Amino acid sequence: MQEAANRPLNIVVLVKHVPDAQFDRHLTGPGHTLDRSESILSELDEYALEAALQLAEARGGEAAGNRVTALSMGPAAAVNAVKKSLQIGAYSGVHLSDEALAGSDAAGTSLALAAAVRAIADADGPVDLVISGMASTDGETSLVPAQLAERLQLAQVTFASELEVADSADGPLVKARRDGDSFTETVEAPLPALVSVTDQANDPRYPNFKGIMAAKKKTVRVLSLADLGIEAGQVGRDGAWTTVAASAPRPPRSQGTIITDDGSAGVQLVDYLAAQKLI
Amino acid sequence: MASVLVFLDVPALPLPRAARELLTLAGSVGEPVVASARPLETELAEALAAHGARKVYEPAGDLDTVLVAAKAAFLAEAATAEQPAAILLGNSFEDREIAARTGIKLGSGVITDAVAVAPDLAVTKSVLAGSWTSTCRVQAGTPIITVKANSVEPADAVEAGAPARIELPVPEAGPAARVTGRTGKRVSGRPELAEARVIVAGGRGMDGNFGPVEELADLLGGAVGASRAATDAGWIEHSAQVGQTGKTVSPQLYISAGISGAIQQKAGMQTAQVIVAVNKDADAPVFEIADFGVVGDVFSVLPQAAAEIRKRRA
Repeated sequence: MQEAANRPLNIVVLVKHVPDAQFDRHLTGPGHTLDRSESILSELDEYALEAALQLAEARGGEAAGNRVTALSMGPAAAVNAVKKSLQIGAYSGVHLSDEALAGSDAAGTSLALAAAVRAIADADGPVDLVISGMASTDGETSLVPAQLAERLQLAQVTFASELEVADSADGPLVKARRDGDSFTETVEAPLPALVSVTDQANDPRYPNFKGIMAAKKKTVRVLSLADLGIEAGQVGRDGAWTTVAASAPRPPRSQGTIITDDGSAGVQLVDYLAAQKLI
Repeated sequence: MASVLVFLDVPALPLPRAARELLTLAGSVGEPVVASARPLETELAEALAAHGARKVYEPAGDLDTVLVAAKAAFLAEAATAEQPAAILLGNSFEDREIAARTGIKLGSGVITDAVAVAPDLAVTKSVLAGSWTSTCRVQAGTPIITVKANSVEPADAVEAGAPARIELPVPEAGPAARVTGRTGKRVSGRPELAEARVIVAGGRGMDGNFGPVEELADLLGGAVGASRAATDAGWIEHSAQVGQTGKTVSPQLYISAGISGAIQQKAGMQTAQVIVAVNKDADAPVFEIADFGVVGDVFSVLPQAAAEIRKRRA
């Protein structure tokens, strides 16, 4: 790799404050929205942050002019996802927060995030990479990264299990590996690009004491819809392109027949499958 | 009757069950029309017609060298030409991304993980890793809905002849990633996990030996799944992972072997129609949701079940 081509990268990492999947989760209220009281930084976003930090460190880190900005959209408490990201190692943080954002669907979320990425570019210079996790662990739709790529007209590299930025005559290229069910493919895209990474991409680091102390000195920029020039009606419940009319917990699966193997359990299992017409 | 546009990424003969399910579902809410991501052979077009498609949109060339962007651009063009009442796709990661980008291009709402679509286009979907169900509606643009496999019983083929075929120019994809290499993995002959009607999944209790799981899966014509513990241990490839950070599946039968059923694992399996669990730990949480549970050693129960199936078929 040639030193001269090794220009620093400006990376934005999307981080989300999500209800902890270790606990039972509920939809509540007229909008059937998720109860967010027991929330944490989404586990899947830690891989995105780690990927960003590794790419920046490969080019000399913060000292060499690289930027890794953790961006979270969400209510007041979502700032905790940004703060946790700063403790882990993000260089700066942005919290996009506005009451009118409540109840946003993927379309509204991608609209607001696209504007936030543009705002970061206006303040800090062109954004080279937007990196996210493979999905949120709450909405689980995987729609937002692709919609953000569409809105920002970025090349899209999703579900990367390996990631590097290599230099070429035409500038930096992001190269990734994607694992499908029946094949593995390698892909590449010129920057700027949007990348989502799977939980195979790396081993996320944990915040250490030094990181936690350093994070106290880092500032979190707060952006509102007014800062982004977005009208309240374009996002949130009012601006959503989809609506939830009803929700209910799945009827609990009642425990069925449990047997203890007396030497014939395999045969009894086949009896059961036959009775259910499954073989 | 309004048309319903079904996007098919890789149509092949015989027509995959997932494609037949989408065509059947489209036929239950309107007149099925297909947008195929690649030009079709005559036999394939006729097979689509036999499953209800009266019209097929095809690209004039290959869309395949760039990721999703070109397919989304093509689907948006087909939708603009057809003006359907709704657009249906599968629920794979790639299908969902195509839906996502098409939604932005058309100004249309997207609903993923659908398990049913009513004639009035109210969508029943599975949320919070299958622990909740919601009824949703698209209120902007043309509803774009991605449908989970095994949600519909596919209708039988009928004599239909050839569908109308409309060729669309390959659209400008915009900035996109290029595929620079592709290697096929071991060809197992097993169905894809996300579409399989039977899944046999192994966990920590398999202790590095997935042989009994694979044997039972093959006898039942099923796919092999795994818990994260098993894939992290390197016992089986990561693409087999079922659960919160892997694939959510909804087969007719899910056999869980040596998996405790921690909450993330339950998340992956709880929409299965029938759950069978084998685990030597009687307190494993998986037994709380199993329709049929065996407290026992996977290395004796699974091979005995396999032998019994062979005996009954002989």
